[in-house]
Amino acid sequence: MRISTKYAPRKPPEGKPRSCITDTSLTHEQMLELYRFLKLTRLVEERIVNLYRQTKVVGGVYRSLGQEATAVGSAYALRPDDFITPIIRDLGAVFVKGIRPREILAQYMAKAWGPSGGKDLNVHFGYLDKGFLGPISHLGDMIPVMTGILLGARMQKKDIVGLAYIGDGGASTGAFYEGMNFAAVQRLPLIVIAEYNHYAYSTPTSSQTAVRNLVERAAAFGIPGYIVDGNDVVACYEVTKQAIDYARKGRGAVLIEAKTYRRKGHAEHDDQRYVPAGEIEYWEKHNDPIDRFEKFLLDQKVATQEKLDEITAAVMREIEEDSEWAESSPMPEPEGAAYGVFDNSIVPPAFRPKVLES
Amino acid sequence: MSTALKKERKPQRPPRGGLATMVEAIRAGIWEEMERDPAVFLIGEDVGTYGGAFKVTEGIIDHFGPERVIDTPIAEAAIVGAACGAALMGMRPVAEFQFIDFISCGFDLLTNYAAKCRYRWGANIPAVFRGPCGSGVRSGPFHSLNPESFFTNTAGLKIVEPSTAYDAKGLIKAAIRDPDPVLYFEHKKLYRLPRLREELPEDDYIVEIGKARTRREGRDLSIITFGAQVLTALDAAEELEKEGLDVEVIDLRTLAPLDKEAILGSVKKTSRALILHEASLTGGIGGEIAAIISAEAFEWLDAPVVRVASLDTPVPYSPPLEDYYLPQVKDVVDAARKLAAY
Ligand SMILES: Cc1ncc(C[n+]2csc(CCOP(=O)(O)OP(=O)(O)O)c2C)c(N)n1
Ligand SMILES: [Mg+2]
Repeated sequence: MRISTKYAPRKPPEGKPRSCITDTSLTHEQMLELYRFLKLTRLVEERIVNLYRQTKVVGGVYRSLGQEATAVGSAYALRPDDFITPIIRDLGAVFVKGIRPREILAQYMAKAWGPSGGKDLNVHFGYLDKGFLGPISHLGDMIPVMTGILLGARMQKKDIVGLAYIGDGGASTGAFYEGMNFAAVQRLPLIVIAEYNHYAYSTPTSSQTAVRNLVERAAAFGIPGYIVDGNDVVACYEVTKQAIDYARKGRGAVLIEAKTYRRKGHAEHDDQRYVPAGEIEYWEKHNDPIDRFEKFLLDQKVATQEKLDEITAAVMREIEEDSEWAESSPMPEPEGAAYGVFDNSIVPPAFRPKVLES
Repeated sequence: MSTALKKERKPQRPPRGGLATMVEAIRAGIWEEMERDPAVFLIGEDVGTYGGAFKVTEGIIDHFGPERVIDTPIAEAAIVGAACGAALMGMRPVAEFQFIDFISCGFDLLTNYAAKCRYRWGANIPAVFRGPCGSGVRSGPFHSLNPESFFTNTAGLKIVEPSTAYDAKGLIKAAIRDPDPVLYFEHKKLYRLPRLREELPEDDYIVEIGKARTRREGRDLSIITFGAQVLTALDAAEELEKEGLDVEVIDLRTLAPLDKEAILGSVKKTSRALILHEASLTGGIGGEIAAIISAEAFEWLDAPVVRVASLDTPVPYSPPLEDYYLPQVKDVVDAARKLAAY
């Protein structure tokens, strides 16, 4: 199977800043929607950091700063009834799938109105009707689960594809291999985006795998692979669209490797001491996905700066409103912990048994 | 943080004795064993330069080098399997799970390979498998596990969990020197708890695996527990003292093999047993202990054996839910009162 490098990162001409590919089927309207999702992702995460500093967030904060384009561009290529399963760096894909900022904010604050009602964290929830399958922490596990979603859909004659994300670290797990292999041999329409963001927690990708490009593993599964510039939202959209077209025709699974960079630590507490000096600053200055897309939109006369500012202002208003909503949510009632392990009309809630009372 | 602002790092050899938190005690124990025996090495995710997610192995790579501190891919089956193989070669691996919850990904190799080698063909596996366990820190269903009872029903794995800095150091050293596989669970809530800071001896010492410790002597009832719940038990005991109840607290320290003698000795003295643990009640280690007590100390008992534990649910994330899930001092006090009045 060939590995396509059509959408791989390219060095810009000497002295020129990076932009996005121009060969695209996206309409201007769609491009502005992509822009909205990119800004929404970045600004919601900034809001979460603010809430964290005010100690309103319970638990850790995970950023996708600098890699928003991978999640947003790829998920944007899906139809509404297609499925995604993100990892923690794919908040953008979660928004594209129709999940609202308020739901994420409530999750981070462990509030009752969050989709998991305070039982689980951040993007750890799901809406089957929206094709959103939240992950668990255990990396790799969602690949076989998504394989099963697609197996079920095929048995039900549903014409959907599944988009699953995996990190350069998560791709070292056994579950990833087993799931990929199974999907490949079943020719299921599974598209996996392997996010090469240079680190898994503190571990550089070179200590994670001996292949230079994660996509080289596609050969092991007998499926096609693509490398995409993960910081070019247009390229991410186009490559995923191609993969989806292939998968939808019943030809099987596809592995896409997105080259990107994690500018923040694993979580907010990580001091990134393992990062070589200047590396983060380089990516910030020369390869920020939002800067690149803004440049593209202005150069291509898709929008004026005023129009982009308008979009950003609208995003800010939405976040403001959603933060208020999330903050106004109560915390869950303690007794709620006992409910929902099983169907409680069959098995009663799991209250703590009374001691020596009968 | 800007990369220019990073602090210089120096490998700091932990002092031999002196005041130590639990995390410092574990690190010192590992360090001393690595100095003592060149076969000891570390393997796990981010254990090298980063020093582990909880910094347990901080600085060790700077002193001992990357040959003896091996950063792995995210592959727990490979970590466990490779530790087993190296151990068969006479090495002494200390493998880390970044959170003990991820032990599930190495479950097969632990329970089928590590646990059964000696029994099947006489080859022993002197490996330690350690990692942060426990709830109460708002980490949700996948970073809060107390997995001991997944393993107590597997013959061939020793299991320890310290509740003091002294024991943490003594047990990690004993685990490393032990000829068989040892699961070493570290409650993450205790790592840096100021309350646990204590003066450690300068001399080399171990805490023998298989031996419980009486943390508080009492005549009226025994609370049998381990890990972070030892603190819950001690707090409860203090409250009960005000009501004139004299509570004994047994810290098991080793969960497999259990120190039956200590358990039975205490129960025969007090005639009342309360077992407290942080994992869910059903199928938890408390059931095993209760069975031992009723089979072997029945005549001494003045009341049924009672258990206080977490709900039979996953560990929920939100503080009110998690607090409700966990056994609280109040739950232990209530149960103890009823037990004493029985
Ligand atoms: C099976 C498993 N082992 C360990 C962990 C702990 N862990 C959480 S995130 C992480 C690093 C993930 O890196 P990568 O897959 O590259 O994703 P990224 O954070 O870079 O997006 C690790 C080791 C885990 N979640 N699951
Ligand atoms: Mg990564």
